[in-house]
Amino acid sequence: MGELKLMKGNEAMAEAAIRAGADAYFGYPITPQSEVIEYLMSEKPYERTGMVVLQAESEVAAINMVYGAAGAGKKVMTSSSSPGVSLKQEGLSYIAGAELPCVYANVVRGGPGLGTIQPSQADYFQSVKGGGHGDYKQIVLAPASVQEMADFVKIGFELAFKYRIAVLILSDGVIGQMMEKVELFDQIPRLTDAEIKEKYPWATTGKAKGTERRIITSLDLDSLKMEKHNHHLQAKYKTISENEVRFELFDCEDAEYVYVAYGSSARIAQKSVQLARKKGIKVGLLRLISLFPFPTKQIQVLCDQGVKGFLAVEMSAGQMVEDVQLAVNGRAKVAHYGRFGGIVHSPEEVENALEKIMIGG
Amino acid sequence: MTEEIIIAGFGGQGVLSMGKILAYSGIMHDQEVSWMPSYGPEMRGGTANVTVILSDERISSPILTIVDTAIILNQQSMDKFEKSVRPGGILLYDPNGITHHPTRTDINIYQIEGAQVAAEMGNTKIFNMVILGAYMKLKPIVQLEYVIKGLKKSLPERYHKLIPLNEDAINMGMKHIKPFHLVS
Repeated sequence: MGELKLMKGNEAMAEAAIRAGADAYFGYPITPQSEVIEYLMSEKPYERTGMVVLQAESEVAAINMVYGAAGAGKKVMTSSSSPGVSLKQEGLSYIAGAELPCVYANVVRGGPGLGTIQPSQADYFQSVKGGGHGDYKQIVLAPASVQEMADFVKIGFELAFKYRIAVLILSDGVIGQMMEKVELFDQIPRLTDAEIKEKYPWATTGKAKGTERRIITSLDLDSLKMEKHNHHLQAKYKTISENEVRFELFDCEDAEYVYVAYGSSARIAQKSVQLARKKGIKVGLLRLISLFPFPTKQIQVLCDQGVKGFLAVEMSAGQMVEDVQLAVNGRAKVAHYGRFGGIVHSPEEVENALEKIMIGG
Repeated sequence: MTEEIIIAGFGGQGVLSMGKILAYSGIMHDQEVSWMPSYGPEMRGGTANVTVILSDERISSPILTIVDTAIILNQQSMDKFEKSVRPGGILLYDPNGITHHPTRTDINIYQIEGAQVAAEMGNTKIFNMVILGAYMKLKPIVQLEYVIKGLKKSLPERYHKLIPLNEDAINMGMKHIKPFHLVS
């Protein structure tokens, strides 16, 4: 058993970055995720493992530092909150084009614009539909606990390097700010330059005599080549869709209705399941862990089981609900409930919504 | 067993750290814990509150509107959280500075003169430990020995010499708690 600690989600994520053997973190502070860089600065991982921690001059600079370091085969991470993540979108599109591995976190706050510093889940579209330009995807993992804030950094790096893709840890102010018990995984050693050279034949590690040039770019002016590259990207996203779907089911065996939720809303909805079950309503919860890839097949399995309705619970005006609708494809009722703009719905509100919108409506 | 608690008062009263000590003690008891603070631009002088959940099972929502116990340390928090206690639950408050006392008749209400006791002990900073002591008397779900262990774990070594004072404050809280209204 690993080390047991009481930590904030943001702190757990920062500690996990060190333990995952990251080579660098580049970031710029913004509420509610400033604890990530605060923790890293106070932990001085450059003394523990040699990991670089650098406060960039802006979010744009940070994501481009990620691009550069990832191009050299380094394990590198950044994090921010909604307005800062919007600034990073150009860099993320370039990272997708150049097929670079990296992990980044968005501890979402209410928007649009500078919005508010309170929790929100209104960055779903930006996260799963491609916030930057071009036909690209990134793996999106949604932690619902402090434990997962730590674990998903480790899993995130594994997936990022397996597929040469950006992995987004999409959380929010609730998960970032709350403290829970967390069991930390053991330190994974950082790779040496020689190991990187051997492991990643694509990384720009310096050209030796008689070896091929390695080029990291997202540009190709030959459109036919670019179309081919896009086909390759799409094939990769298809493989990810087939192999990397992650979700959790609660009380779905006999469910007539199912809440679909992720992150902090899933925790709240789990309590709503308990409240509704006490009233004799047969409801379960499908908790999404990966948002891309989306668990379309699992939703169809629930339709086959005879689920009459799905209530998408998210702190937004209704974003994830569109993917639920596509998966259900008319076979059951689909509706949305959620408070937004920085307000967190209560378990009671979510339970009432089930009765009013789903069963009564 | 699940205990859901909200602690609410002024920023600076030790509301968040009291919650943290409870959470640490829960870990020492091998329980699942969650600690969810209100966070915002209003840190000092404004209101602060934290929701702490201790449970033998996996904790669902860390955010609650209905709790088993509310610990209330100023009037604003009384106005906001008196209604949050579930029927039959507990409201513990410090009457110091309270002009509108709680009026509910379906919950058990207790008073602890935390500010006064701490002042008499000559250290107003141990106010939150007096309150914690009163709470522990009502709900012996965390034991003193584990709170001390939790303190040792959460405090930097240089403050460990203050642990006996904290222990005294907890004992004083246990001694000075008194019922205000009990469900018959």
